[in-house]
Amino acid sequence: MNIDKKIADDLVANDISFVTTVPCKQLAGVIEEVEKRDDIFHIPSNKEDEGMGLCAGAHMAGKRPAIIMQNTAIGVTINTLATLIQYYRMPLPMLISYRGELREPVACQVEMAVHTKALLAQLNIPTYHFHWQKDVEEFDNILKYTFMCNKPVAILTDANFWGGYGDQ
Amino acid sequence: MIRSEILKEIAPIIRDHLVVCNIGLPSQELHMIDDQPTNFYMLGTMGLSSSIGFGLALAQDKPVISIDGDGSVLTNLGTLPTIANNATGNYTLLIIDNGSYGSTGDQPTYAGQKTSLTAVARACGCDNVIEVQDKDLGPVLQSAIDSDEMTIIVCKCDSGNIKLPVITMDPVVIKDRFMKAVAS
Ligand SMILES: Cc1ncc(C[n+]2csc(CCOP(=O)(O)OP(=O)(O)O)c2C)c(N)n1
Ligand SMILES: [Mg+2]
Repeated sequence: MNIDKKIADDLVANDISFVTTVPCKQLAGVIEEVEKRDDIFHIPSNKEDEGMGLCAGAHMAGKRPAIIMQNTAIGVTINTLATLIQYYRMPLPMLISYRGELREPVACQVEMAVHTKALLAQLNIPTYHFHWQKDVEEFDNILKYTFMCNKPVAILTDANFWGGYGDQ
Repeated sequence: MIRSEILKEIAPIIRDHLVVCNIGLPSQELHMIDDQPTNFYMLGTMGLSSSIGFGLALAQDKPVISIDGDGSVLTNLGTLPTIANNATGNYTLLIIDNGSYGSTGDQPTYAGQKTSLTAVARACGCDNVIEVQDKDLGPVLQSAIDSDEMTIIVCKCDSGNIKLPVITMDPVVIKDRFMKAVAS
């Protein structure tokens, strides 16, 4: 199974047509796949709170948005999640690379990893953690759930899910 | 002129268009001067008026005006390259540049000192950036809305505020009303 293709297929099948991204090494493949799709308008943003602003605008235009970002961006976006996305009740699937988990080679990434789930829990953001490739089967249901409840929803995807980093 | 005088003057120009309005006094003033379902009032999230309006303009065809402030643009400068590189003709960014963080008591911003937001926007790649003095804004804004080219307007004006109440409308009501206006 190619998980990058599966994720892009599920986005398209759920009518998600506006996707903003800030890169992470783990997300390179899925970002490339999203960029390729004719049914998705892909707009890279410079900071994740900016990206959530773009998504808020697209949502109010009647489009279904999504953001693809690294877990370190939770530290960047808490105010935006609370005072824009949650306060105005906007749906926002957040596909998040979960750096600093098992098979992580960069020690600094662990420093935000240890806060990631606690911060999301504090914000009452429904959170899913993909560790095995087969976990991607849940992605379609998570997208449907997000647009059913009009909330931001986090999908944390760790290095094991993406197949590790190869030989270090 | 101060911000509230500018908003009073441009209210008839923006009344029938989709407007995303900056946090704090700008939204409170617009709400008091001419509340419209086509106005999206930001109650928080300083800095994102430009980005929200831009996302809205990209995702549908009607003209969109983001009313922003110099302090808020400074806190989200990173969005100017995004706007420049994905230009859409139905978008106008109106930066009310009073050289201060007006809503929090007129503390000076760097835009009122050595930093030119006009030059910054141009350096970020925005093709059509117009700096205008407050009293000349009306016709410039009208032609920006009418034209097929995306325009960034930096409106230089005085710092100063009037006393007025906060917006008590529920955020979900603001959004729902606005989304119906977008879709109509
Ligand atoms: C993250 C964050 N920091 C600070 C504030 C407080 N704040 C609210 S409005 C504002 C000033 C905005 O200034 P500007 O964009 O120039 O608008 P003006 O009121 O001058 O029209 C500030 C600092 C905030 N709401 N959020
Ligand atoms: Mg100001």
